[in-house]
Amino acid sequence: MKKMTFGNGQRLSRRKFVVGAATLAGGGFALGFKAPFVAEAAAQGGVTEVNIWVAIKPDDGCVIRIARSEMGQGTLTGLAQLVAEELECDWKKVSTEGISPSRNLASKRAWGEMGTGGSRGIRISQEYVRKGGAAARIMLLQAAADQWKVPVSEVTVSDGIITHAASKRTIGYGKIAAAAAKVTPPDPKEIKLKDPKSWKIAGKPLKRLDTADKLNGAKVYAIDVKLPGMLNAAIKDAPVFGSKVVSFDDAKAAKMPGVKKVMKVRDTAVAVVADTWWHAKTALEAVEIKWDEGDNAKVSNATIAQHLKDGLAAAENNGERRNGDAAAAITGAAKKVEATYSTPFLSHACMEMMNATVKLSAGKAECWVPTQNLEASLAALSESSGIPLAQCEVHRHDLGGGFGRRGGTQDYVHQAVAIAKEFPDTAVKLIWSREEDQAHDFYRPISVCKMSAGLDEKGELVGLHVRSSGQSINAWLNPTGIVNGKDRRQLQGWWEEPNDAQLGYTVPNLLIEYVMRNTHVPVGPWRGVNTNQNGVYMECFIEECARAAGKDSLEFRRSLMSKHPKHLAVLNAAAEKGDWGKPLPQGVHRGIAQFMGYGSYSAATAEVSVDAKGKLKVHRMVLALNCGHAVNPSQIAAQVEGSVAYGLSAALYGEMVIDKGRVTNTNFDTYEIMRLAEMPKVETVIVPTYDFWGGVGEPTICVVAPAVLNAIHAATGKPVRELPLKNVKLV
Amino acid sequence: MAKLNINGKMRDVQAEPGTPLLWVIREQVGLTGTKYGCGVAQCGACSVHINGEVQRSCSLPLSAVKASDKIVTIEGLSANSSHPVQKAWAAVDVPQCGYCQSGQIMAAAALLKKKPKPTDADIDEAMTNICRCGTYQRIREAVHTAAGNPTGGRSADRATRRS
Repeated sequence: MKKMTFGNGQRLSRRKFVVGAATLAGGGFALGFKAPFVAEAAAQGGVTEVNIWVAIKPDDGCVIRIARSEMGQGTLTGLAQLVAEELECDWKKVSTEGISPSRNLASKRAWGEMGTGGSRGIRISQEYVRKGGAAARIMLLQAAADQWKVPVSEVTVSDGIITHAASKRTIGYGKIAAAAAKVTPPDPKEIKLKDPKSWKIAGKPLKRLDTADKLNGAKVYAIDVKLPGMLNAAIKDAPVFGSKVVSFDDAKAAKMPGVKKVMKVRDTAVAVVADTWWHAKTALEAVEIKWDEGDNAKVSNATIAQHLKDGLAAAENNGERRNGDAAAAITGAAKKVEATYSTPFLSHACMEMMNATVKLSAGKAECWVPTQNLEASLAALSESSGIPLAQCEVHRHDLGGGFGRRGGTQDYVHQAVAIAKEFPDTAVKLIWSREEDQAHDFYRPISVCKMSAGLDEKGELVGLHVRSSGQSINAWLNPTGIVNGKDRRQLQGWWEEPNDAQLGYTVPNLLIEYVMRNTHVPVGPWRGVNTNQNGVYMECFIEECARAAGKDSLEFRRSLMSKHPKHLAVLNAAAEKGDWGKPLPQGVHRGIAQFMGYGSYSAATAEVSVDAKGKLKVHRMVLALNCGHAVNPSQIAAQVEGSVAYGLSAALYGEMVIDKGRVTNTNFDTYEIMRLAEMPKVETVIVPTYDFWGGVGEPTICVVAPAVLNAIHAATGKPVRELPLKNVKLV
Repeated sequence: MAKLNINGKMRDVQAEPGTPLLWVIREQVGLTGTKYGCGVAQCGACSVHINGEVQRSCSLPLSAVKASDKIVTIEGLSANSSHPVQKAWAAVDVPQCGYCQSGQIMAAAALLKKKPKPTDADIDEAMTNICRCGTYQRIREAVHTAAGNPTGGRSADRATRRS
């Protein structure tokens, strides 16, 4: 099957940038590196930059710099808490400042990488941002000690007020900052960070710092940008992925109100540029477009299902984990269990649809875009415009949702540049309609999975064979991630290696295989990525095994987990808080699941009822999470609650319907989203062990669907083996 | 040319009669707090009040709105975010990405105007806007808070933490 042409462009773009940036960085992040912004800072009202992470105002206000993107996940607040904790400043006086990718590049990437995905925003940056805060505190204290001519060991600080107790002198950070900026920064290696058990700002359920302008309409998302003389563009890319525009007839559209231009974009799309977006969108609907659709137009859900099914029976694999002899163990087992599961393509459906505003002038390119990777946006802007990186600027805007959609690909930036090229010195805002957004995602990949197990006379699991067949994200976006034909990422959550996405069970004879079956449908990371599908397959099948063995679902799991104490502890926490084994109201049934991803351990219980007509109600879910360190318990709970909504919405309704090579369900009337009425009561139990740093945004989603499906199994006595549930008759 | 009463001010707008009110508000009046989410009255990101009733402005043509109709957008809901719903949203820390929250707040304000003490069932029925971040649980809590029933019969403690 033919692939979309700009897949290669994206890869090239990112690779080029990484190489360029690595060269520039010349050894990477340097703490205490003094960014050359003194003049700029001074011009902004006496703000003193102590180091790259901390600037201080005369009124003791502390400006904490943030490199990562904020898309609702709360990283901005969490990172600020970590810096403020070490800085020992007054939290009430903290504000934040987003770093632009150009500024980062000009400073030899002093702020490190800016990509925000894989639940890495805090866990990857935590050490250097904490050291940034600590270094600033050390410099501020040293400056005060120097001014008072006392040993630094005699000065203390609390809430941004430095005290020398013996002489009863105090000074605020605002008054000493200028002197502190001249102090030689400490060696990062010598900085001792606080024991998290003594945290006063980090670790606390503080309110987010970025709420106020989300309450009154004042927040400017990229889609809201207004620039002088700005034009607006609407676009329609080839409905059949990978097709090219053969011709288009703009006779009608060109005469419609406000229309400036009807144009082909990057071989595959047609755009209308007009004074307003509504004019552009309306005119676009009047353009008649012919595409070269080819054989991809014959692809449908049914042909893809067959393609994947064939993969289950094929001889080869593209990734495996093996110990013992699973086939022999299953053949010789007292009891065999077998089941085949499937999960569909899913779109991200960010509330703020894809958009980018681009202005190209002589020797300068600017872009306003919601992005999870500001540096990738900058690289895309440079690559498509032909203007060197140093003359490109990407303006930061918080995202109206990301969920993995707005990372490395940057397809909308490439499109917006192609359009803006036709309008020099003019800003052009490209907004995708919801229909375009649904029809041109990088979808969560489709897969099927055949599970086989053998149980001995005592009902113990002696052999397990997992064979999944489905589309590879790496094959589409990152072929270098496939090594010697093996694509380890597809086994996420089933890995043997600890610390990231390890399977929490020990099985004496185990064979896990992945067989790659790609389609022409673009795929990419979707909140939780492969842990979603792999979590459903493993946890629903373990449930089937427990039932076949006549054992309690929790006890059966526990018996496989003695070598995985962290997985087990989280499972136990969910079971305890979820009242496992305790009576339930008539008609309500419980399910349980545990899985691991993004360096964190998750488990869940779900309480559901299924009425006589097969209508499902999810009443309550309890989720337990060990993310190592809990920087803001309230925001962790928010992420957990959000993962339930996102995961449950997918389980209930989510599927892309592919027919004639294209997505046919392109708005929320046909791609249904769960509403408030269906949201169960969610309780979050955080069980941090403080010996690692795990992710938060993605880990828990992988246990949501399996816990609910296992509760349905308990309610109906029948397993659910395909999603979404709307297609399944439960009774 | 049409006249609209938006947030208590009369405005002259230039748009074809079929233009959805949403795009008139965003592109002609320049108020961008009201969001485009689907264009087919499914998600509610575009919710505004018209004569006190919540309406999905993406599917309401300009021709259906009279100069005498009082339109209120998120920007006009209160001065200084002082509406009880806005205050409750802040107190409960509802928003994540925030994109849908203008619409959620407008829907909640309209609900409370009709039912000052809504039950959970009332909230289920009235709060049908889509949130992809999944703030539904906190929206429910905040609606109860705005109604003067802060816990809504449930614990305000969101996360149990053990160490």
